[in-house]
Amino acid sequence: MKTPLAFALAAVVLAALAAAPLFIPDYWTGVLLGMTGYVALATAWALFSGPTRYVSLATVAFFGVGAYTVAVLNEVLPYPLVLLCAGGIGAAMALVVGLSTLRLAGVYFVIFTFGLAELVRQTVSWWEVNVTYTMGRYVFLPFEGRHIYWQLLALAAVTLLISWAIGRSRLGLALKAIGDDETVAAHAGINVTRIKLMLFVISATLITLVGAIQAPRWTYIEPSIVFNPTVSFMTLIMALLGGAMRLWGPLVGAVPLFLLFEWLSVSFPDHFSIILGLLFILIVFVMPQGVLAKLEDLRGRGKP
Amino acid sequence: MLEHVVNGLVLGGTYALVAMGLTIQYGIARIMNLSFGDTIIAACFATWLMFTGLALSPILALVVLVPAGYALSLVVYRFIMKPLVDRAPDEGALEVDSILVTFGLLFVIQGVLLTLFGGGYTSYSYLNSPVNVLGTTVAANRLLALALSLAIGAALVVVLFRTRWGMTLRAVALAPQSAPLYGIDTNRAARTAFAIGGALACTGGVVLSMFQTFTATGGVVFTMKALIVVILGGKGSVPGAIVAGLLLGLVETFVAAYIDPGLTLAAVYTVFLALLLVRPNGLFGKA
Amino acid sequence: MTSFIAETAGAVRRLMTRGAAAALLASVASTAALAQDGDTVKIGYAVSKSGPNAGGSDMTVTPNYQLWVEEVNAAGGLKLPDGSQKMIEVIEYDDRSSAEEVVRAVERLATQDEVDFILPPWGTGFNLAVAPLMAKFGYPHLAGAAVTDKAPDFVERWDTSFWFMGGSVDYVDALTEILVAQREAGTINDQIAMVSVADGFGIDLVKAARPAFEAAGFEVSYDKTFPPETSDFATILGEAGNAGADTFVAFSYPPHTFALTKQAKVAGFNPPVFYLGVGAAFPVYPGIAGGSVEGVMSLGGIDPNNELTMAYRSKHEEVVGRAPDLWGSILVYASLQMLAQSIERVGLDKAAVANELSTGSFSTVLGEETRLENNQLRAINWIGQWQDGNFVAVSADGGEGKAAVKLPKPGWE
Repeated sequence: MKTPLAFALAAVVLAALAAAPLFIPDYWTGVLLGMTGYVALATAWALFSGPTRYVSLATVAFFGVGAYTVAVLNEVLPYPLVLLCAGGIGAAMALVVGLSTLRLAGVYFVIFTFGLAELVRQTVSWWEVNVTYTMGRYVFLPFEGRHIYWQLLALAAVTLLISWAIGRSRLGLALKAIGDDETVAAHAGINVTRIKLMLFVISATLITLVGAIQAPRWTYIEPSIVFNPTVSFMTLIMALLGGAMRLWGPLVGAVPLFLLFEWLSVSFPDHFSIILGLLFILIVFVMPQGVLAKLEDLRGRGKP
Repeated sequence: MLEHVVNGLVLGGTYALVAMGLTIQYGIARIMNLSFGDTIIAACFATWLMFTGLALSPILALVVLVPAGYALSLVVYRFIMKPLVDRAPDEGALEVDSILVTFGLLFVIQGVLLTLFGGGYTSYSYLNSPVNVLGTTVAANRLLALALSLAIGAALVVVLFRTRWGMTLRAVALAPQSAPLYGIDTNRAARTAFAIGGALACTGGVVLSMFQTFTATGGVVFTMKALIVVILGGKGSVPGAIVAGLLLGLVETFVAAYIDPGLTLAAVYTVFLALLLVRPNGLFGKA
Repeated sequence: MTSFIAETAGAVRRLMTRGAAAALLASVASTAALAQDGDTVKIGYAVSKSGPNAGGSDMTVTPNYQLWVEEVNAAGGLKLPDGSQKMIEVIEYDDRSSAEEVVRAVERLATQDEVDFILPPWGTGFNLAVAPLMAKFGYPHLAGAAVTDKAPDFVERWDTSFWFMGGSVDYVDALTEILVAQREAGTINDQIAMVSVADGFGIDLVKAARPAFEAAGFEVSYDKTFPPETSDFATILGEAGNAGADTFVAFSYPPHTFALTKQAKVAGFNPPVFYLGVGAAFPVYPGIAGGSVEGVMSLGGIDPNNELTMAYRSKHEEVVGRAPDLWGSILVYASLQMLAQSIERVGLDKAAVANELSTGSFSTVLGEETRLENNQLRAINWIGQWQDGNFVAVSADGGEGKAAVKLPKPGWE
């Protein structure tokens, strides 16, 4: 498909999605909202973790910081400034974390990022309890589900756009080289650390913004609500299922998985965990490379 | 001061006990088992059921559950892990696959426990009696955890470093690709290691259930604690797991006593993150 | 010990009967589905069936919903003003202990399933998360398992919300009153050792407790929080013991409450006042502690001489297979009775039901004339103490269905 055509198509789909809440019941807006949130999270996650193959479990650390920033500042600053602050804090945190950790690899990075999420959560709790003497914070912003949905939709579109732009740029080429072999890439004159750091910061900032935008939906914010490790796991699974190396991969993973979770928790409220677990095992066995790769595989086999 | 050392070591004993099984599964069988903590919880519930339903002592439960854990792990390895090991082109691929598949297994075990026992808090009392250790009073059941972890750790070290069979296991851990060239059955070694890990998880579960409150959904806490100990100690290293476990116990206790109990976990993660930056392969790990 | 065995037997029996109960529920559901639309009253709820909140829901909320539905349907259904009856049809979801899920589940119940009434989830945070939606869709929000000092504000913000569990200040004030009386009687000194879990409940209470204790002339000589994941309290108890306080207060969750009890026993830590958080009012608590818990204090408590309360307790045990907890359960159940009686008086119109809940007087398991004050239940037992194997509601001097507190606490055996 030609690029302009693809863009026009994307714009039409985006417009249709944006108009949807005006025609569908609140519940389906809620579903779209949750789904868009995870599309944005998974795409942002794959931005860094896809090409570099660094599996990060720090998603919720940034997500939670975003939500918490809104909880702390929503009564002091106008909303756009709050979002700006959230993004800034996320970027600064990512810079510090990235500088100190990107030399770790493999499972060490995985555990490190998980530890980071817990560390942030513990520190925020301790700070709130001992310094500010408040635990739960209230977010009373005049947003309904569809307002939050529109913001998330815009963010998801921006995230996809960034991902597309990076894929086409020199940066994208450099990234592919790093993913294939870091040492070779370094010898070819690529500043590996700087590129990884840059991507990590972009990805983390986007994730922080998702948390910030979603916060008004819960009214009440406390660490156990916003630093829920499930968010990290879900994001990872969705991106991996779709294929973290492709532009549309995370989206292709997030949408069906989200709907599946929804359907399971509605239809089997008592056996959600068992069915989810079995499905998971099945996915690993049937399509280890992700849905998109599986589809291509099938299509390729169909051809003579 | 001395009482904090004793309390810290006793607490660390539990961590070491929980981590040894995981380090063997990860280091030798190369399976990153995220459902490890849920195996522990399952053993907790089984012990509780025997204790409250059949009035069986948890010590007796140990005799039943440890072989059961070994046997079940063999089955799990054969039907779930083996196909993944066979198809994995390299170690990284196996790592990702095993993380994903055990993540699914985690939910299955959790779901079964939820259906059987509900989501409530479960706890009972056994061996909850004071024992005097160097002037500090500690609970007998927690002391048992420390004693068991040291005893099992010592036994494992002897087996791994002093027997031919142990040498086979270590060979597989160090060089899984070339071990078969020396006539070593890597599949068998990995299967055995995975099963030993499962048996150790059950041991941990039985002992922990005596003093800790458990819920069907609480497994991930054990998995994460064990993972931290494993990574700190160096993957596959039994002495590393013990030293790292005891170290974490001491850190938590000293922070609780001298700084603030609210910062214990933050301190643990700080120590963990800092150590990882200085020694990326853990205390006893080889680069 | 005998009660422990009874508990255990109950739990084992529950395992056996769970299958039977599920079959029963399924048959109820299918008969409900067979009935024509409009013949049933649809009641929906989202509760945590998995995840970290499952323990709380499973103790205080879900069993009472089940008990109430079963009782109402066994009696022919909900009564309506015209004298007819409609069976209850239940729609339930698992919120997986996630705030986003619980919000969406309520949206689904309101706009997709179009249920007649929605029952709330477990926990302060989740009740607040769904409160704006309940108000938006006009559903009466019977916040049963939510402790908050801001209830008066919330009632103004969401005028169809009702709060049944009081606020931290209430619980702390009741404790302070007893402590002041005991200090005057010379039972305790003016030092308090206080620990709390660094999570919603613990922080809320400790925030109320610090100024209240200080205003009453107490000095909090040990004041620490601990992370929710803490499993070992040996050091904390040791330090608290060194603080020279006669009063030990822990605002804890069940795992900590159980561990604190076991480890206090081992350490021989036995201050005159020993007060714990959530979990000490669970019927299984004496069994878990492995023996005498005489004198242990906590939130809640019941009046063993109140026939209504005791009848509710035996019914709960009969239907659910285990006893309800001795704090929140009865409040949740009473809120459901009030809902049923409001429907009987004014029908299924949500606004009319909300209005009736605000202004009416109801016959509940709490008493013949239960009413709400400014949409809040205030007739709550704030503080209880284990006395002779019962967790009874106490006050400084007793009276009004409360026993006199017995201090100092006797030894652990």
